[in-house]
Amino acid sequence: MSNPILSVSGLHKSYGAVEVLKGIDFEVSPGEKIALLGPSGSGKSTCLRCVNFLETPTRGEILLDGERVGVGSGGRAMNNRDLAPQRAQMGMVFQGFNLWPHLSVRDNIAIAVRKVQKSSAAEARDLAEAMLAKVHMAEKADAMPGQLSGGQQQRVAIARALAQRPKLMLFDEPTSALDPELVGEVLNVMHELADEGRTMLIVTHEIAFARDVADRVLFLYDGVIEEEGPARQVIETPQKDRTKAFLSRMNG
Amino acid sequence: MFEFLSVFVQYADQWGPRLAEAAVVSARISLLGFALAAVVGLVLALMQDASSALLRGVAKGYVIFFRGVPVLAILFLIYFGLPGIGVVFDAEPAAVVGLGLAFAAQMAEVYRAGLSAIPKGQWEAARSVGFLPGQVLFLIILPQVARIVAAPVIVTFVALLKDSSLASLITVNELVLEGRALATEYFLPLHIYIWVGVMYFIIAFPLSMLAKLLSRRARLGTR
Amino acid sequence: MEFLTSTILPGLLTGATVTITVTLASLTIAATLGFLLALVREFSGLRLLNFAIDAYVEYLRNIPALSHLFILYFGLASIGFAITSIPAAIIGLGLVGSAVTCDIYRSGFSALGKGQSEAALAVGMTPMQVIWLILSPQAFRVALPPLGNYALQLLKDTSVVSAIAAPEIMFYARSMVTSTFQTTLIYSSAALLYLAMSLPLAWGVARLEKRFGGATDV
Repeated sequence: MSNPILSVSGLHKSYGAVEVLKGIDFEVSPGEKIALLGPSGSGKSTCLRCVNFLETPTRGEILLDGERVGVGSGGRAMNNRDLAPQRAQMGMVFQGFNLWPHLSVRDNIAIAVRKVQKSSAAEARDLAEAMLAKVHMAEKADAMPGQLSGGQQQRVAIARALAQRPKLMLFDEPTSALDPELVGEVLNVMHELADEGRTMLIVTHEIAFARDVADRVLFLYDGVIEEEGPARQVIETPQKDRTKAFLSRMNG
Repeated sequence: MFEFLSVFVQYADQWGPRLAEAAVVSARISLLGFALAAVVGLVLALMQDASSALLRGVAKGYVIFFRGVPVLAILFLIYFGLPGIGVVFDAEPAAVVGLGLAFAAQMAEVYRAGLSAIPKGQWEAARSVGFLPGQVLFLIILPQVARIVAAPVIVTFVALLKDSSLASLITVNELVLEGRALATEYFLPLHIYIWVGVMYFIIAFPLSMLAKLLSRRARLGTR
Repeated sequence: MEFLTSTILPGLLTGATVTITVTLASLTIAATLGFLLALVREFSGLRLLNFAIDAYVEYLRNIPALSHLFILYFGLASIGFAITSIPAAIIGLGLVGSAVTCDIYRSGFSALGKGQSEAALAVGMTPMQVIWLILSPQAFRVALPPLGNYALQLLKDTSVVSAIAAPEIMFYARSMVTSTFQTTLIYSSAALLYLAMSLPLAWGVARLEKRFGGATDV
């Protein structure tokens, strides 16, 4: 058993009096793909966002490759500046794509390569184009994000995350904002990444995709992990009533 | 600092009443000018939607002209320029007319923005439940328009109030001109002009805050 | 007619150079100072500083420019800080304008969705990088049309500085009136000269609005 890339333990998150996460524990091994499922409001997106500290956990510990995320020496909470190098090791894909509309597709990817990884302009450009080729968007390098369909934007966003050479990819409902006919192209790209052996943590509503691609499924309900196990087992033969209810509703 | 401030206290009973009186003049020309702007602006807004190309052209030309020429130039033209062709105004009416005509162009834009912010579906829905045209306008459309234009109307008024200070340059005895008179009498221009500024602030600031509040509320209402 | 071309127009055009100088110089002050103020106001998170900026903006925005100019020109001179008329005009209109542009930039920043900075943080940018590389360029684009409108307003507002003896268009107009009494002709010529300068600017602003207005596809 190799050391986990990501280890989450005792994760709590409250907004005021509302407790959204009530103690989450799990680990992600290198190359492992984990799907976080659950009804809306179950806390799965919050959980993902706590991993790279876009949400600051109220309690709990996040270890990335053995290093404590978001907490500096002496237990001091990190600010956004200190967090930057840690976040750079995790690629994140958002539900709303969040491409930067003032930059071309190529520059959306290259800017972080240059400014964060401090590569040369030429290197950044080459890497950007290589990553675009990976998501089958090479021919759109000069386009502006506003000219692309949602599915294309999301593939660019995936390329942007890949260019970080991340230890871990975080997907926050990557297909939920897409028109149904565009979901497939994004899932295909994610499938290809999974086949490359990348480590992925995916919040999704695509049950079939989770079953086919994920190694393990965590089913969240009301801020706790209600059920977890091998993807096929949890999805095809759920043990808990809430998991069964959720899955039967999703399969409609 | 204390010395500086004590001057205000020392002269309060001499400056206070005179500047208060002048403030009444400022308020009067502002309100009358605004009333004129509100009416002319409404006519302009309606003209811009008229079917007659001539009416539309006139309204458009009006807006372009007054958007491109300083209020001060308008005031000078009315007060100093028109007598040259036989049209003579007293200073205060000249200020009211000048401010009113200049800001009518802005009010027209405010009205138009308000009307165009109402989706077509609102008219259609109101008609489809059987309202008469008047009812559609007064029960459904105008209340929504009022909500949207409330803030920009106040902002326009504050801008007009500030520009009413230009009337001092055509000899209207409002705040700034009275301030100049006091400044020459007392040789304390810094104190006097600060006082004048504060008097404008006292009227304008609460209005600006109200406009901010209303625009926030209007935004929330349309979501 | 000859009087118009031989005397009035040259006089007004001399004034126009000052009008344009004052407009450009105060526009530069307003656009840069306002941007710095907006940056601090949006991102510093220091309450006292935020309050100071709000006070500065409200003070400048709720008092006529004429009043500010008199304080700067006559008021300061009376306590030994004499500023000549053109610099006073530029500083006065520049400061007043910085309050306007501060609000313009701030609404530019607030028009950007939260996802924009989140995505930038997620790729490992520092907060400064997020502000400079991602947020500011976008806020500036959103701000361009209203900045153009402000420039148009400013061009007209420079007429006010004639009251502190800055020799721009209205100043020349007034002094020519005193010597010739051709009031109607002179003031309508002045109005038309402003119009001639405003129209191209207004056309440019309309183009900006078409290009950038409301097109924040975030």
